[in-house]
Amino acid sequence: MDYAAHLALNAGIFMILALGLNLINGKCGQFSLGHAGFWAIGAYTSAAYGVYFPLPVPDAVNLFIGCLLGFGAAGLAGLLIGIPCLRLRGDYLAIATLGFGEIIRIIIINIDAVGGPRGFTGIPKWSNLFWVYVWVVITIILLANLSRSSHGRAIISVREDEIAADSMGIYTFKYKTLAFVIGAGLAGVAGSLFAHSQQFLHPNGFTFMWSVIILLMIILGGMGSYTGSIIGAIILTLLPELLRLLGETLSNWRMVIYSVLLIILMLARPHGILGKKEFNFFGLFNKEAK
Amino acid sequence: MDDQLPSIFWDFCQYLVNGLAQGSIYALVALGYTMVYGIIKLINFAHGEFFMIGAFIGLYVVVAGYPLWLAFPMAMLGSGLVAVLVERFLYRPIRHAGRIPALITALGISFFFQYLGQGLLGADPKPFPNVLKNKSYHIGQVSIESTQLIIMGVTIFLMAFLYWLVNHTRIGKAMRATSFDKNAAELMGINTNRIISFTFFIGASWAGAAGVLVGIYYNTVEPMMGLIPGLKAFIAAVLGGIGIIPGAFLGGIVLGVAENLVVGFWVSTYRDAVAFLILILILLVRPNGLLGKNVREKV
Repeated sequence: MDYAAHLALNAGIFMILALGLNLINGKCGQFSLGHAGFWAIGAYTSAAYGVYFPLPVPDAVNLFIGCLLGFGAAGLAGLLIGIPCLRLRGDYLAIATLGFGEIIRIIIINIDAVGGPRGFTGIPKWSNLFWVYVWVVITIILLANLSRSSHGRAIISVREDEIAADSMGIYTFKYKTLAFVIGAGLAGVAGSLFAHSQQFLHPNGFTFMWSVIILLMIILGGMGSYTGSIIGAIILTLLPELLRLLGETLSNWRMVIYSVLLIILMLARPHGILGKKEFNFFGLFNKEAK
Repeated sequence: MDDQLPSIFWDFCQYLVNGLAQGSIYALVALGYTMVYGIIKLINFAHGEFFMIGAFIGLYVVVAGYPLWLAFPMAMLGSGLVAVLVERFLYRPIRHAGRIPALITALGISFFFQYLGQGLLGADPKPFPNVLKNKSYHIGQVSIESTQLIIMGVTIFLMAFLYWLVNHTRIGKAMRATSFDKNAAELMGINTNRIISFTFFIGASWAGAAGVLVGIYYNTVEPMMGLIPGLKAFIAAVLGGIGIIPGAFLGGIVLGVAENLVVGFWVSTYRDAVAFLILILILLVRPNGLLGKNVREKV
């Protein structure tokens, strides 16, 4: 049961990460490869808060403050990175964000106060399964509302045709930055939840590989579909465990299987499981999304 | 202060030499990036893995007891063939789908080769046998190793060969035509698919040669060795102006020297950060690279 709870917790954290990246990559069409960097910023900010200056309030309140700090720090980093980088297009943006993701990690390795290359230990355990899913719900409500507001429509219009959006009077740069900051901030929230449930952070846990795995989640589920991201996050959290059940050798080949999956997906079904559609529970989402 | 100055000067020269050797390797890898980007506008993330494959082929050729000079053509041929197969079966079907799906495929291929290598050969670094008698030459207080000379020599030779190939042969003319306008080239009777395959072959062979050089220089070879040099070679290509062959050379050298100076005079852990910082600066200040021309974007 403990094992299942652990998996569910991880799946929740990856849902938040995938949803945030989907806002940037899927909805806004800005190809970011540095998501693990924002995740790391949120995790380390919140962990530093928890270790050095926790307020004498209940854990749940502290966790809330930690998540807000994570959101703020990662969002600020997203703003600082986004302003120069979002002027770039397509593949250049991908490389620049990849570069920033790595720079963030290298900077963390060089900060001794957060443990540097040894890792950050002694983080208070504030988070649990319940709070992770509270934040998943908050994220979903935030993003679902955003994508149906006029700001959200503007963000989608940037993806569909940036030049046309520009000529319709949409300040595309502003909306790209908005999507980037919110997406990065959500990664920060995920980082905060991650830090306070794992109680240990290591810079090598936020490598480029994780950016790609989160990307794979949203591609698998369908770029531009939030429900798709959730499905993708669940599948890719459970897949390694499934492979472990099938035997030690298969689980050693996990990354090979992931990459083959990524290639096959791109060749056979480049729009993922759901494409841009949303899975409709009780008519919660509008049918007219298409 | 006065007697300290010479020592700083000699240190500087030493880092410069090390930087030139390392930059030559970046330059060789960057050439493949630049050529492939120039011809199909794809950032071939898997290019660093062709470099790794070349290094491993070189390693096994040398370990099997064959002479070192044979390792170069074998590694070049091997990486080239892998690249041609990858292009034929993976990039070609997805080429029409646009740039981002192709980029994601390239990422997938890169990860595939890295972790396949780890699975088949083990993650631990393999020692590259010391086949050369390593001699050092001294100019003042600067020592130049014979491996460094070999690296620079091979790089200059391959670079000159490529320059001749692209600018003075029939197939080079076809390559330039394809990169300039693929459809028009096709209408003129050029088999563009074959030209693209050929470009991948050349680019990957050069990377394979660079892999063998790295094996000789650092004496270790590992499945993950392609990732960071691959990214840095891409940075070098952007720095020089992507799609421009002399630009890749210049970018590689500048990057190698800058990195070694940072390692020498500042903190060695920031080595990788410097490369990415250079990339972001160049993209902001001069997105077409040092040797690039301004291209107006048309709707």
